[in-house]
This record gives sequence, structure tokens and C-alpha cells, in this order.
Amino acid sequence: MNLFEALRMAANGLLSNRLRSALTMLGILIGVTAVILLVAVGNGASVQINNQIQSLGANVIYVYPSNAKGTGGVSQGFGTGQTLTQSDVDAINAGRQDPDVVAAIPITQTGGQITYASQNFFAPTIGTTTQFPQVRDYQLAEGSFFTEDDLNARHRVVVLGQTVVDNLFGSADPVGQTIKISRQSFRVIGVFAAKGGTGFGSQDNVIVAPITTVWAYLTGARGKVISQIVASASSAGTVTQAETEITTILLQQHGISDVSQADFQLQSQQDILNQATSIATALTLVLGAIAGISLVVGGIGIMNIMLVTVTERTREIGIRKAIGARRRDILVQFLIEAMVLSGLGGALGIAVGALLAREAPSIPAIASSSFPTPVVSPSSVVLAFCVSVAIGLFFGIYPANRAARLHPIEALRYE
Amino acid sequence: MITLERVTKVYRMGKLEVPALQGIDLHVGHGEFVAIMGASGSGKSTLMNIVGCLDVPTSGRYLLDGTDVANLNDDQLARIRNRKIGFVFQSFNLIPRTSALHNVEMPLIYAGEGGRAERAREALGAVGLADRVHHQPTELSGGQQQRAAIARALVTNPAILLADEPTGNLDSASSVEIMRLLSTLNVEQGRTIVLITHEQDIARFARRVVELRDGRVVRDEQTAA
Repeated sequence: MNLFEALRMAANGLLSNRLRSALTMLGILIGVTAVILLVAVGNGASVQINNQIQSLGANVIYVYPSNAKGTGGVSQGFGTGQTLTQSDVDAINAGRQDPDVVAAIPITQTGGQITYASQNFFAPTIGTTTQFPQVRDYQLAEGSFFTEDDLNARHRVVVLGQTVVDNLFGSADPVGQTIKISRQSFRVIGVFAAKGGTGFGSQDNVIVAPITTVWAYLTGARGKVISQIVASASSAGTVTQAETEITTILLQQHGISDVSQADFQLQSQQDILNQATSIATALTLVLGAIAGISLVVGGIGIMNIMLVTVTERTREIGIRKAIGARRRDILVQFLIEAMVLSGLGGALGIAVGALLAREAPSIPAIASSSFPTPVVSPSSVVLAFCVSVAIGLFFGIYPANRAARLHPIEALRYE
Repeated sequence: MITLERVTKVYRMGKLEVPALQGIDLHVGHGEFVAIMGASGSGKSTLMNIVGCLDVPTSGRYLLDGTDVANLNDDQLARIRNRKIGFVFQSFNLIPRTSALHNVEMPLIYAGEGGRAERAREALGAVGLADRVHHQPTELSGGQQQRAAIARALVTNPAILLADEPTGNLDSASSVEIMRLLSTLNVEQGRTIVLITHEQDIARFARRVVELRDGRVVRDEQTAA
């Protein structure tokens, strides 16, 4: 018996009970739709996170203070220590031991109410050095960045991100105007071009000033704190070497010989990307697994219906055996019937899932939220189809085998 | 063609052993038309199952067309049924929701042979159903269904045609029609036919009558057809 005949027999069997076949298929259809859709949402979230992180620059390395161990035994939280100093920055910038590091800048960050005329707004103020635009990859849209002179003389000058400009100035030109941060006056000397990126940590909601100025006028009693050092590697490919080099320099600077005792932590954009990707992958897997449960339920539905079908068609099986069908012929016939049910259900489920994923962004409630745009990956389509056919095979084997083992005489007598 | 030697069949029902056939010796030659008669419980259904290779004897030998089929497994028996035996049942046993043509093609599909549609059409033509090939069983009368079943039995060109009460579900006009068809097949094409019936009127169409009682042959005589 060839495949064509087997498919024809299966189609005949399924068409003879259309409603039942359709309902059984619906079980698989819903399961596959759920898998396709939820995995697409997971993928969409992953793509969204990746894009945001990539926009921060792939060759950037962050150095944070970490738990200063052994200094009185008090373990402080991540990033709360004050172990980074200007001499650390200078050592990294000295460049003798770190050929893969282009530049390093200190960052101190403070918050405060920003006012201009009657407008007020809230944005983090970053104190840093002149290499900030180069290291963090900011372009100036207007005016200029501050100079070494501003840095040395603690001039009260600031450069604004696009979000801050929009909120304080509207369409007016901010360069040359004076704004107040925590009631201190600062002159605006430049504006950054928008970097884009929505959601967490917008790159455009920022005010940048010389670090000496921030220390002198804004951080107050906290003193000359460096909350992080940002370094840039020569390229995305040398990030790992650059990290090793920075670690070596800082361990020397801090007089620590054991890496596990380090009072600082490095994190590259790549690390963040890897973490975010693994979280997104886990999310996708969990969503897929939940949807997979409904696929199993659909499979049990197929098994149930196939058992009913085999019982109902006992006499037909007897006839087929009497005219020469071997066990294998009967087995194949019912297996293919189950696989056609699940495969067709799966194919329709893929179509419905892909359609819903495509139409989702045009649903107003979803469009207005930051819900990720679902991305249907070809691999999930292939996998979903194979899994649904495999489900037909798995849940069809028992009923088909039962049919194949029927004794022809008893099957023929069955009423 | 068919040779049964001391064939016995014992059914086991729990601890009870029920002998259905108690040593049957029977020879059916090529081109014969034999009616096997007997009351219910005489063992004729059991004999039919064994002759039809649906079941195997408990002891004894059964040679069909030169092959000893007593010790074959399920799949080998299926092959013998497919190639050498054509079944005609009391209740027609066509596959529902399937056209007459496809029903007749079925044995050829399991045989894996080509030219199925033409051969099935030919067989349906031979039983006078050339104009009903695309009808489903429910769209055919009882007599037409039985003729389709005969076409299905003949399509593989089997060694014997085994008819089990072929007229049991038919009115007398259709019964005569079917028996005439079987006679014609026997006389004109030399088909070997084994007919199982309990009706004298039907057995009269055969040329030899074998009567069973309590699992034994009690009468075996030629009749003037």
C-alpha cells in the first residue's frame, strides 16, 4: 500500500465524520496557535531588549564599586561602595597596560529638580569629563561640549539631552540660557542629538556637567564620589581583553591580589545583553511550555477520538483484513489518520497564530502600550508543525495498534 | 485445489473445551461448485473460517492450491486471503461511504498491484454493475451490493470463491439472481466455488453437496445441477 492510497483512505475516514474531525483538529489548532503566539511575544520582547541595549553601544564597559569586603566586615549593596577614585580613572587612561582601552571617564550621578522660567522637570545630572561624548557615543546637535578649562575651573555649564530640552524649552533655543538644578544656576552650552531608545533608561533624559562642578555645587556633603567608571574598548571584539586589562589595573590600584576579593565589578554591554537575552529566552521557554500543555491536551483529544473511531469501525477493519490487509496496513491507515488530524490542525494553528501575531500591533490597546511586537520565527513554525505531527504519531500509535491487532473473525462479527 | 486432512478445531471457553470440527476430510477440485450444508452448530462456520484462512486448524493439514496453510502467521494468512480467496459474505460487507469502484479496488491496493481502476471496472462490468461504479453502498439495492461484493471477490482472480450464506439477507428474486450469477461464473469461467448455506433451495444451484453434523461430514454427494 503506497502513501497516496493511505492518505486517500485517511481523508475518506476523516471526511465521513466531519464535525468530529473538525472539533478534534480544533484542539490541536488552539494549542499550536498558543505556542506560535506566545513564542512570538517572547521573541518580540527579546528583539526589543536587544535593540535597546545595542543602542547603548556594544563596546562600552562599566565599572561599579562593589561590596568592600574586609573593611570592617560590613557588606554593602551592589554599587553603593565608594571604592572608585579619580586615580583609578587616570591609571586606566594612562594606557600603558591596556592597549585595548580607548578611554575611561568617571561618572557621578545626582538627581534634582530642574527649572527654567516657569517650567520644571526632573532628570538625572551626570558629572563627568570631556571624553564623555566619545565614550558614550553622544553627538552634539547644537552648541559645544564643555572643555578641560571648564573642568579645571568648575564652570557651571551643562549640556542637555533632547528630552530635557523638549520639556523645559519646547521649541525655544536653549543654548545660552540659564537653568536651575537644585536652585543652583547653570548655563546651557550645548544640546545632544536624540539617541532614541524608549522604555527603561532613556538615553535622552540626561543633563551632563563637568564632574568638578557637580562635586562642588550638587553632591554636597557626599563629597567627591565616583559612582561608576565608563570605559570604551577599541571595538566590540576587544571588549573581553579590555575587561581583563581594566581588572588587572584596578586590582593593582586597590592593592588586592585575589580577584574574588575585588571591591569593584565590571559589566560590559555584552554582559547586559547576555543577561537580558537569557532572561528573554527563559521567558520564551516558559510561555512556550505553558502553551505546550494545551498541545498535549489536544493530543489526548486525538487519542480519545481515534479510540472511538477504531471501535466504531471494527467491522470495517474486519472486512479489510478478510480481503488481505496486513497488520501493518491497518496500523498505517489509522496512524496516518491521526497524523493528518494533528498535522492539519497544526498547519491551521500556525496560520491563525501568525495572523494574530501580525495583527496584534494594530490593536489599539497593544499599540499604545510598550507591549513588544510579536516576532514569529521560522524555526518556531517548523518546530510547531513537526511537534503537532509528532503528537498525532504519539497519541495515534495506541489506537492504531489496537486496530491492527483485532482478530478478523471477531471484527467481522462485531455489530 | 482444497485438501483438508483430519482437520479438527477446538475452541477453549475458560476451562471448557468445545470441539467444533472433529476430523474433517474433504477434497475440492478445480472448477467444482460445492455447497456445504448443516444446521447451526454443525461446524460449517468454523469450516468456512478455516477454508477462508481467517483461522487455523487445531490439528490436521490444510492444503490450499498446493500450499500448507496450517502453520502460517497472521501476515502470511492475510497474503493468502488476498491472493487466493475471494469472500462473499451474508451481509455484503462493503466498506461504507466508499464507492463501489473503490471497494472493488481495495484487494488490489493491499496486493500492491497496478492498473487497479481498469481491473475494478472490468470486474464490476462482469457482474452487471458497469453503470453503478461511483455509487456508494447505501445507494445500491441488496442484490446490487452483493454483486459489487462478488466483483470485489473476483478482482484478484483468486483460486476459490468462498460464499458464506450469500443470499441470507436477500429477497427471493435477488437470491435467484445472485445464485444464477455464481452458477454462470462456475460454468462459464470455471471458478471454484464453495458455498455455505442452510437452505436446500440455494444448495440446489451447486453440483455437489457436503453436509456437516456435529463437526463431522455426514453426507457428500454429487447432485444434478
